[in-house]
Amino acid sequence: MVPIHYYLILSAVMFITGVVGVLTRRNAIIIFMCIELMLNSVNLTFVAFSAYLGNETGQMFVFFIMAVAAAEAAVGLAIVIALFRNRQTVNINDVNILRW
Amino acid sequence: MHQYVGLIVLFPLIGLLINGLLGWKIKNEKVIGSIGSGAVGLSFALAVAIFIDMLGAAPEQRSHVVELFTWIAAGSFKVSAAYQVDQLSVLMTLVVTGVGFLIHVYSIGYMHGDRSFARFFTYLNLFIFAMLNLVLADNYVLMFLGWEGVGLCSYLLIGFWYQKKFEGVTITWTGDAGNKAFWVNRIGDFAFMLGMFLIFKEFGTLTFNEVMGQADTMAVGNSTVFWITLLLFIGATGKSAQIPLFIWLPDAMAGPTPVSALIHAATMVTAGVYMVARNSALYALAPDTMMVVAIVGAVTAIMAASIGIAQNDIKKVLAYSTVSQLGYMFLALGVGAFTAGIFHVMTHAFFKACLFLGSGSVIHAMHEEQDIRHMGGLKKVMPYTYWTFLISSFAIAGFPPLSGFFSKDEILWKSFADGSPILWFIGAAAALMTAFYMFRMVTLTFEGKPRWADDKHPHESPPSMTIPLIALAALAVVGGFVGVPAVLGGGNAIHQWLHPVFAQAEKTMALPEHHAHTTEYILMAISVAIGVTGWWVGRRMFLKDPNADERIAAKTGFLYRLLARKYFVDEAYDAAVVRPVVKTSDSFLFRFFDVRIIDGIVNGAGALAGWTSRTLRVIQTGVVQNYAALIVVGLVIVLGLIIL
Repeated sequence: MVPIHYYLILSAVMFITGVVGVLTRRNAIIIFMCIELMLNSVNLTFVAFSAYLGNETGQMFVFFIMAVAAAEAAVGLAIVIALFRNRQTVNINDVNILRW
Repeated sequence: MHQYVGLIVLFPLIGLLINGLLGWKIKNEKVIGSIGSGAVGLSFALAVAIFIDMLGAAPEQRSHVVELFTWIAAGSFKVSAAYQVDQLSVLMTLVVTGVGFLIHVYSIGYMHGDRSFARFFTYLNLFIFAMLNLVLADNYVLMFLGWEGVGLCSYLLIGFWYQKKFEGVTITWTGDAGNKAFWVNRIGDFAFMLGMFLIFKEFGTLTFNEVMGQADTMAVGNSTVFWITLLLFIGATGKSAQIPLFIWLPDAMAGPTPVSALIHAATMVTAGVYMVARNSALYALAPDTMMVVAIVGAVTAIMAASIGIAQNDIKKVLAYSTVSQLGYMFLALGVGAFTAGIFHVMTHAFFKACLFLGSGSVIHAMHEEQDIRHMGGLKKVMPYTYWTFLISSFAIAGFPPLSGFFSKDEILWKSFADGSPILWFIGAAAALMTAFYMFRMVTLTFEGKPRWADDKHPHESPPSMTIPLIALAALAVVGGFVGVPAVLGGGNAIHQWLHPVFAQAEKTMALPEHHAHTTEYILMAISVAIGVTGWWVGRRMFLKDPNADERIAAKTGFLYRLLARKYFVDEAYDAAVVRPVVKTSDSFLFRFFDVRIIDGIVNGAGALAGWTSRTLRVIQTGVVQNYAALIVVGLVIVLGLIIL
C-alpha cells in the first residue's frame, strides 16, 4: 500500500501549483483552472485520509466539493463569457475598476 | 385636614393645564379668568380650612409631614414629594393663595383685551403652583423645584409683552429685563445649590426635620454651618433682591402690573426670607452669617429707599420700595427676630400688593403713562384707587394702627434691642425716606392740579380691579392686629403662633428677655414721629410745587443725580461684570476656544480620517490577484502562528 505521505505530498504540490497559478497568471480562464486544481488537491487529501482512516466521511465530502465545483465552474465560466463580451479581453489586469 | 394639603398644590396645576392646553380654544376671557382665579380660590379655601383645623389642635400637634410619593430614590439617597404643614408654611400658603387670588381677580380686568389672555393666566397659575411647592416643601430639593419654578415664571411674566420696548441701562426690550432677572437669579441659585450640596455632605439628608434635628446637637460657630448658611443666604439675595443681586428687581417692572404685585412684591421675592426663616435653626448656629444678613438687610433697606426718593416712574418707586422693605425683613432675620421678619412678609404682601395694583389701576387709567410728573389730580376721577392707595401708603409709612406700623416697629425694636443701635438708626433713616417717597408719589399722582395731556381721559377702573384693591387695603388696615406687641397690651398672636417653629433657633441664640419697656415706648414714639415727618414733608413739598424735584436737583447737584441714576450700580455692574464677561466670551471663549479648540478637534478628527484613508487606499488596487496574494500571506501567518 502506498504510504499516506505520498498522497499528501502530491496534494501539497498540486495545491501550491494552484496558488502560484492564481497569483501569477493573468488569463482568467487559467486562473479558473488553477482554482479547480486547488479544489482537486483538497479532494485528493480527503480521499487519502478516508482510505487511511477507514472512514467514509471524507469520500462524502469529495462529492460535495465536486458538486460545488461544478456549480462554481458554471457560474465562473458564465462570468468569463460575460466579461469577454463586454471588454473583448479575459486579461484580469484590464479588469481593475473595482478600486478607489 | 392636613392630609389634603396635596390638593392645595393640585388646584393651580389643574388650572394651568386647562388654560395652557385649551385656552386658545376657549377664547372667552370670563371663562379663562374664572378657571385661573377659581383654582387659586379653591386652594385658598382649603388653606383656610387647614388653618382653622390647626387652630383647634394643641400647638405641639400642629406640625405634620404629608408624603405624596417618592420622587427620587438612588441608593441611600431618597427625596420625597412631601409637604410640611406647620405654622410657618400654612401662614405663607395663606398669604400666597389669598393675595394671589385677589391679584388673579384683578388681572381679569387689567388684562382685558390682551391677545395672550390665556397665556397670562397659565403663567400665573404656574407661578402659584411653584410658589406653593416652595413654601410647603419638606425638603431642600422640592423647595428648589419651587425656587426655580418661580424664577422661571418671573422670567416668563417679565417678558410677557415681549414686543414692547423697555427703557433701562443697557436694556431695550422687556425680554432683556426678563433675561436680566433670570441671569442674576441664576447666580443666587448656584449658591443655593452649593449650600444644598454642603448640607447633604454634612448631614447626609436633605429633609428639613432631619437636618434641624441634627443641628440641635451642634455647637454654635461650626464653620461648615457658616458656609451652608452663607451660601443659602447668597441664594436668598438673588431671589429676594438684596445687595449685591438686587439689580434685577427694578427692571422686572417691565412685566404687567399684576405680575409686579404678585411676584415682584407680595410673594416670590419673599421666598428668600421664608427660606432663611425655615432654616432658622441653622442660622442660629452661625452668628457670623446672622451678622452678614443683618448688615446686608439694613444697607439694602437704606440704599433702595434713598433711590426711591428720586424716581419718577410710579412702578420704579414701588420697586425700590420693595427692595427696601425686603431689606427690613432680612434685618429682622439677621438680628434673630424671625417672627418679625415673617410678620413683615405678611403685612408687606398686603399693602405692597395693594400699592402695585393701585399703580396698575392708575397706569390703566392714564393709558400706559407711568411718569408721576405727568399725573396729578387723579383723586377725584378715581376715588377707590386713591383711597386704597392712600391707606396702603400710610401702612407702609408705619402710621399706627395700620399693619405696617406693627411689623416695622417690631423690626426696628428688635434691631435695637438684639442687634445694635447702628442697625436701628439705619432702619429708622430708611423709614423716614420711605414715608417721604411714598407721600411724594401719592401727592404727585393724586393731588394738586392735573398735569396730563388733554387727550387723556382717566376713569375709575372696573369692579374686578377695585374690589381686590379694597380687600387688600382692608387687610393692610387690620393685618397688623395679629402682631400687637405686649407693651401695647396685645397678645402678639403671630408670635405665639410661630413660636414652635422658631423655638429651636431661639433656644440656640438664647437672646436676653427685655423687660424695660421704657426704651420700647421711646423707640415706638420715634417711629411714629418719623412716619408723620415723612408724610408731612413729602406732602407739603410736592403739594406746593409739583416740580420741587427740579429745585432739589439744582441745589444738590451730583447727590441728586447719584440717587436718580441709582448710584450708578447698573453702570458699575455693566463695566465690572457684564462687559468683561461678554468680551471674554467673544474674544476668548468664542473666537479662540470654540473656533480653534473645539472646532479644531472636530475638524481634526475628520481630517485625520481623510489622511489615513488617502494613505491606506493605495492597497486597494482593484487587481484581484493582489487581494488573493494578501489572503495567502494572511493564511501563511495564521498557519505559522498555529504551528509555532
